[in-house]
Amino acid sequence: MESDSKQSQETLREPQPSLATIGPEKAFVAICRLAVALPLLLLVVLVVDAVVDGWPRLSWGFLTGYPSRNPEIAGILPALAGSAAVIVLTAVMAIPVGVGAAIYLEEYTKPGRLTSLIELNISNLAGVPSIIYGLLGLELFVRAMQMGRSLLAGAATLALLVLPAVIMTSREALRTVPYSLREACYALGADRWQTIWRVVLPMSLPGILTGIILSVARAIGETAPLIMIGALTYVAFLPDSLMSPFTALPIQIFNWVSRPQKGFHTNAAAGIVVLLVLMLLLNATAIWLRVRLQRRVNW
Amino acid sequence: MSIHTAIPAHLPARTALHERRRLTERLVGAVLFACAIVSLITTVGIILVLIVETAGFFQEVSLRDFFGDTQWTPLFAKKHFGIWALVAGTALTSAIAVFTAVPLGLLAAAYLSEFAEERVRRVLKPIMEILAGIPTVVYGYFALTFVTPLLQKVVPGLAGFNALSPGLVMGIMIFPTIASLSEDALYAVPTSLREAAYALGATRLATTFRVVIPSAFSGIVAAIILGVSRAVGETMIVTIAAGQQPRFTFDPRVPVETMTAYIVQVSLGDTPTGTLEFRTIFAVGMMLFVFTLALNMVAHRLRQHILKGSLW
Repeated sequence: MESDSKQSQETLREPQPSLATIGPEKAFVAICRLAVALPLLLLVVLVVDAVVDGWPRLSWGFLTGYPSRNPEIAGILPALAGSAAVIVLTAVMAIPVGVGAAIYLEEYTKPGRLTSLIELNISNLAGVPSIIYGLLGLELFVRAMQMGRSLLAGAATLALLVLPAVIMTSREALRTVPYSLREACYALGADRWQTIWRVVLPMSLPGILTGIILSVARAIGETAPLIMIGALTYVAFLPDSLMSPFTALPIQIFNWVSRPQKGFHTNAAAGIVVLLVLMLLLNATAIWLRVRLQRRVNW
Repeated sequence: MSIHTAIPAHLPARTALHERRRLTERLVGAVLFACAIVSLITTVGIILVLIVETAGFFQEVSLRDFFGDTQWTPLFAKKHFGIWALVAGTALTSAIAVFTAVPLGLLAAAYLSEFAEERVRRVLKPIMEILAGIPTVVYGYFALTFVTPLLQKVVPGLAGFNALSPGLVMGIMIFPTIASLSEDALYAVPTSLREAAYALGATRLATTFRVVIPSAFSGIVAAIILGVSRAVGETMIVTIAAGQQPRFTFDPRVPVETMTAYIVQVSLGDTPTGTLEFRTIFAVGMMLFVFTLALNMVAHRLRQHILKGSLW
């Protein structure tokens, strides 16, 4: 229905093309299509290139092996375990704080000087290069708080990095809940927190979850801040505590890319394929969750 | 709150409930406020860390050595601290990226907003998001092992590490940012303006170029500025594919080093903390932070201007 009315609007507002004008317009649209297609084509080339380069090394042994001087037997198990641990910790730290901040800004505070300061600040933080977060993590977590070059320091740094994105997507999700529902809840005698906890949050959960998963998926690919806080490039053990030194998948890939030997480039490509598959899985999960949860609160 | 005052005060049981609710309400409010404040503390933390370490750096190196020299060799025996060598590397790679991404991004935005069917638009926008979500280490690998060898066949004298290849790949990386934000700006132009142009007999092409694009101009500029800011702060692509030789040059064929790549180089080495060499990364980080913050603030201002719709 919506697309129908949209279409009739389109036909209404567009002039009938005459022969004199149709030529340049067609040419321009063709150029535009090319401009859209070119980057997308490069995306395909990039993925195919990585798969072709990494294919010889993609095996079970690669996933379960430890790094080695010999590219033929080197594997990514410590990097995978490190990435998984960092991401889970990042999520545990960033989600409550991010959603809490979003609720505060959307539901609790009135527009004012402090609120607009916080808002401006969040949008600025979202634009700060990730390597600057690495410098902060290095001074604050690694040195001042004496966490050392540990999982915890890495995850805390990444949590600060993803926080603006988590806050912004959660706010958008909260905003989709119609105001009438809040009023209905107040009319039943609920107070503000009860309304948020029982009505607003459950209603906006699909949007919040999707936003969180997408933000955290971005963190999996982050390399620079983890290099800054000193994630190791050669780790032959699995992380066993919060204070354990660690490596992560993008760090391992970077390490292999920066070596001159061809064999390690093959490993890097194989690592890239694993990283892209992981991100794809997370993105798919986000979409699946949204669809599934949305069905439950269908009015 | 009006609900609370509506409860009759003479009912003792209600009052206890009322009190408890008010306490919860206050407690929750305080916790949520603390969450919101974390972002402010982060900013303060970044600024403090950069200022303290940069101040330490400038106690040993004069401002004139920093801003008045074009050689950057803090890790060598004969030390030079001319930041312009790193700024040139960043400017060169970012400029190549912007010259790649701006034409592509604007054409894509014009197409999606003015010419494409709604269906095409709805499919293409998420795909561009995927492009924006690819880890930069992956783009770095692509630049080094695919784009550079390809370009070497066409560009004579192109070194294995150079500014051209990472610049081009970075252009692809920032393309979605520029395309998507410009498209938002174009799409936000009221249909009535287009209809007015059509009523005057303008073609769709003329309407796009003479009416829609000028109306959305500040939004488009904001999109480009945010793209530039991302290119300036981008780290892994240039670290992997541009080399680690700081030099004041605008030749895209030779190895250069960007500000971000230098920071990574130092933190990968075993420079002891607290030394002058170590402090250089904070001085460079400060430059980077100031640059990107200024760009983001300008873009933010321009976008606020559109959101308020002060023109209509």
